[in-house]
Amino acid sequence: MAVEAITTFNTPPQPRRQRVLEDERWLAFMLLVPTVILLGLFIAYPFVRGILLSVTNTRVGVAGDFVGFANYYKIWNDSIFRTAVYNTFLYTAVTTVFKLGLGLWLAILLNRNFRGKAFTRAFILLPFIIPTVLSTFAWRWMFDPTFSVINWTLYHLGVITGRINWLGDPDLAMISIIVVNIWRGVPFFAISLLAGLQTISPELNEAAAIDGAKPWQRFWHITWPLLLPVTMVVVLFSVIQTLADFQIVYVMTGGGPANATHLFATYAYQIGVGTGLLSEGAAISLAMFPVLLLIVIIQLLYIRRVETR
Amino acid sequence: MAQVVLKSINKFYDAVHAVKDVNLQIRDKEFVVFVGPSGCGKTTTLRMIAGLEAISSGDISIDGQVVNELAPMDRDIAMVFQNYALYPHMSVFDNMAFGLKMRKFEKKEITQRVKAAADILGIGEYLARKPRQLSGGQRQRVALGRAIVRHPKVFLFDEPLSNLDAKLRVQMRVELKKLHQRLGTTAVYVTHDQVEAMTLGDRVVVMKDGVVQQVGDPLELYNRPANKFVAGFIGSPAMNFATVTMADGNGRITAKNAGLEIEIPGAQAERLRAHLGRQLMLGIRPEDLHVAHAGDPKGLTFNSRVEVVEKLGSEILLDVRVGEDSMVAAVDPTTQAKAQDQLQLAVNPERLHFFDSRTEAAL
Amino acid sequence: MIEGAKWRTWVYFYLPMAFFLLFLLFPFYWMIITSFRPDGELYRPWNSVNYNPFWTTKPTLEHVRYLFEETLFSAWLWNTTFIALVSTAISLVCGVFAGYALSRLNFPFAGSLGTGIFITYLVPQTLLFIPLAEIIRNYNLGDTSWSLILTYPTFLIPFCTWLMMGYFKAVPKELEECARIDGASRWQAMLYIIIPVAIPGILSAGIFAFTLSWNEFIYALVFLSSPAQKTVPVGVTSELIRGDVFFWGPLMAGALLGSIPVAVAYSFFVEHYVSGLTGSVKG
Repeated sequence: MAVEAITTFNTPPQPRRQRVLEDERWLAFMLLVPTVILLGLFIAYPFVRGILLSVTNTRVGVAGDFVGFANYYKIWNDSIFRTAVYNTFLYTAVTTVFKLGLGLWLAILLNRNFRGKAFTRAFILLPFIIPTVLSTFAWRWMFDPTFSVINWTLYHLGVITGRINWLGDPDLAMISIIVVNIWRGVPFFAISLLAGLQTISPELNEAAAIDGAKPWQRFWHITWPLLLPVTMVVVLFSVIQTLADFQIVYVMTGGGPANATHLFATYAYQIGVGTGLLSEGAAISLAMFPVLLLIVIIQLLYIRRVETR
Repeated sequence: MAQVVLKSINKFYDAVHAVKDVNLQIRDKEFVVFVGPSGCGKTTTLRMIAGLEAISSGDISIDGQVVNELAPMDRDIAMVFQNYALYPHMSVFDNMAFGLKMRKFEKKEITQRVKAAADILGIGEYLARKPRQLSGGQRQRVALGRAIVRHPKVFLFDEPLSNLDAKLRVQMRVELKKLHQRLGTTAVYVTHDQVEAMTLGDRVVVMKDGVVQQVGDPLELYNRPANKFVAGFIGSPAMNFATVTMADGNGRITAKNAGLEIEIPGAQAERLRAHLGRQLMLGIRPEDLHVAHAGDPKGLTFNSRVEVVEKLGSEILLDVRVGEDSMVAAVDPTTQAKAQDQLQLAVNPERLHFFDSRTEAAL
Repeated sequence: MIEGAKWRTWVYFYLPMAFFLLFLLFPFYWMIITSFRPDGELYRPWNSVNYNPFWTTKPTLEHVRYLFEETLFSAWLWNTTFIALVSTAISLVCGVFAGYALSRLNFPFAGSLGTGIFITYLVPQTLLFIPLAEIIRNYNLGDTSWSLILTYPTFLIPFCTWLMMGYFKAVPKELEECARIDGASRWQAMLYIIIPVAIPGILSAGIFAFTLSWNEFIYALVFLSSPAQKTVPVGVTSELIRGDVFFWGPLMAGALLGSIPVAVAYSFFVEHYVSGLTGSVKG
C-alpha cells in the first residue's frame, strides 16, 4: 500500500499552448500556415481563375459567358500571336546560348586571383541588380535611331554612313532586345557558374595538366562535366524567366514596330489590359504555361540524370 | 637518365621568401624525400619541379634539360596528390587512361598499360567503378596507377599517405618501397612524417623555413645531425635537449647543469675543449639512455625522478625530471619503475650530441 | 601554373576582362552622363558635327530639379522603398518559418509541400497578372501599396524558403538537441538558437528579396493607376513620356536616382547577395 502511494504521483497536464509548440506536427502547421495562405490566395487561386477566365468571353466591366476553347482558337489564328510565340522561342534560345557562353567565359576569367577581384565581382552584378526597367531605358536611349551613341561610334569608326534604324526595323529591333537581355543575364550566369567552378578542386586541373591535357582539353574533359549540374540549374531559372519576359520588350519597343517584337507577356498585356479583352489576354498568358511546364520537366529530368551519373 | 638538378632555387610569394636557395642533385633512380614541418617549403619546392609554381630564381633541370619555362605536361613527370585528385566523373579505367588519351596513345596500348598497372597495384577488379565507390586506400592506388601508366622520367609525391589511417599508412609505405624497387624510376617525395622519410628515402632532405637543413641518407641524419633542428626532428621519441656548461673536472671535460654532470670521453672531449666555460646544448636520444646498473662508470650516470611511465610493450618510455629539464628515456620493457620513483639513468658515451647554443649547429 | 609568355595573360585575360567590364558597365555611365547634360547637348542627332556624346562641358542639375519638382518622383521613391521593405519583411518571416519547418521538422506531406512551394516559384508573374488584377480589384486593394505588399511575397517567399532551407540544413542537429536538453521548447530552440546561427542566410535572403521587389514591374503597372501611388519603375515609364516624346534628361535622371537606393543597399551586402544567388543555384 505504501509502495503504491509513492509510485504514482500526478504530473499536471502541460498547458495547451506549450503542447502545441512542442508537437512537431502542430509547430510545422503553424509555421507553414502564413506561407500556404499567401501562396494559395495569390498564386493558386488566380491561376484557377485565369483558366476560368480564358474559357469565357469576359471583357473589362462586362461579365462573360462560357465559350469553351473559342479564345484559344481565336488567338491561334491570330498572326500576331503566332509571331509572338515564334519570337519568344527565338528570343529565349538565342539569349540563353549567348548568356551561357559569355557567362561561362566571364566566370572562368573571374576564377583567377587578381587584384581588385572583389570589386570587379561586385560591379559585374550591377546589370542584374538595378531595376530592369530603368537600365533598359538607358539602352533605349543608346539604341534610339536619331540619337544613338552606337550609331555615332560606328559612324566615327567609318563602319556606316547612314543611320541604323535599330528600333524601327523588325529584325534590328529583335536584335536590340536580345542584346539587352544578354546584357542583363550574363552577370547572373557568370556569378552562379563561378560558384560552381569554385567547387571544383584546383588539384583536378593540375592533375589533368600533368597528364598532358591542354587548357581547352582540361575544360572539355574535366571542368565542363563537373560543372554540368550547376549549369543546368542556372539555365533552367534563366529560361523560365526569359520565356515570361516583359519589361525589356515593353520599354524598348512596346512590342513594335508593328507588333513585330511581341512576346507572350507583352502581347497578353496589350490585349488584356490595353484593349480590355480580359479573356483573350488570359488565354495568351496561359498559353505560356504548357510550354513552361514541358521545359521545366525536361530540365529537371536531365538534372536528375546528371547528378546521379 | 632521369636526374633532377635544383640549382639555387628561390621562391617569393610577394614579400614572403618561401624557398631559400635550395641546391640539390638527385641521381637517376634515386628516391629522395623532402621532410619538414608545415610551411617549411617542401611542397612549394615539389610544385616547382612539377611546373605548378613558377620559379622566382634558379634553375631546375630534368635529365639534363632546363625545364624552368616548360609546362607541366612537357616535363615527362607524373604526380600523386595528397587528396588523390581523381576525376570523380570518370571510371577508374578512364582515370588511369586519361593521360595516355591526351597524348594520343593507341587504344590497344592504353588498355595494355592500364591493365598492367592495375595488376601491379591489385586494383584490377575496380576498373569499372567510380572513385566515390572506393575506399581511401583503393583511391590512393588508383592515383598511383595513373602515375605509373605514363612511364614518366620522375615520380612526384605530395604527402600521398597523409589521408590514410595509421595502419593503412604503414602498409602502403612498404608497398611504395617495393614499387620503387620494382620500377626504378627517380622519385621525389614530400612528407611531414619523419618515419615515412626514414623508411622510404635513399636520401632525405630536411627543410625548415624554406632552408635546407641537411641532406643525407637516413642513418647519417640519425647519427650525425647537422643541427639541433634535424636532431630533434628525426627519430621518435624526439631527442632530449638540456642546456649545459662545459667545465673542467679533474682534468676531464664535463658537461654540467643543475641535474647532471657527464664526463665526455676521449676524442669528443678534445674537440670540445675549445668551448670550456661556455654554455652548449646537450642532446641525448631516449634510446641511448638506460637504467644505470653496477657496471656503469659514475661519470656517465645521473639522478632523475620518474613522472610518467608509458608501457608500450616493446619498450617502456619513462618521462623523467632531471634537475630543471624533462627527459624521455626508452628503456627495457622489464624495467620496474613507477611514478615518483628516484631512478639512476646512464648514457651511452658514444652517443652524445652537442650543439652551439646560438647557431644550433652540431659540434 | 606555368602558362607561357606574358603576352598570353594580356590577350587571354586583361583584354576580355576589359571588354566585359565595358559592355556591362557602359550603360550606367551613359545613364549618369545623360542625367547631367543640358538639353541642348542631348538632342543633337548622332551625326552632327563636333559632337562628343561621351562628355559634357556644361553639367547641369536641371533634370534632377525637374524630377523632384515637376513630377512625383519623391513619392515614387517612398512608395517603392516602403513596399520593398514591408514585402521583404513579410517574405523573410514566412520564408524563415517555412524553411525551418521543411528542413528540420518531420510531418506528413513535407515533401509535397516543399515541391509545391518550389513549383510556385516557376509560375511567372506575367502568367497571373490578368486574373490577379481582377482579384485585387474585388478586394478593393486596387491602386494601393497594399496590392503589391500582399502579392510580392508570392515570388519572394519561395526563394526565401528555399535559401533558408539550405542554411538550416547546414546547422548541426546537436545544437538544437543541446538546447532542448537545457529546457527549451522547439519554438524557443528555433527562435534563440537556430535562427541566430542562420543570420547570414537571412541577410542574403533579405537583400535578394529587396532587390527583387524593386525590380518588379508588371504587377505595379497593372494594379496601380494614380500617379501618386506609383512605384519608381512604373512612374518613370508612364509619367516621363508624353505620347511619343521622351523626356530623356529627366528620364535618365530618374533611372539613375531610382537605381541608387538598390545599388547602395546592395553595396552593403554584396557578399550576402552573392552567397544568396549561388546558394539558390547550388542547393
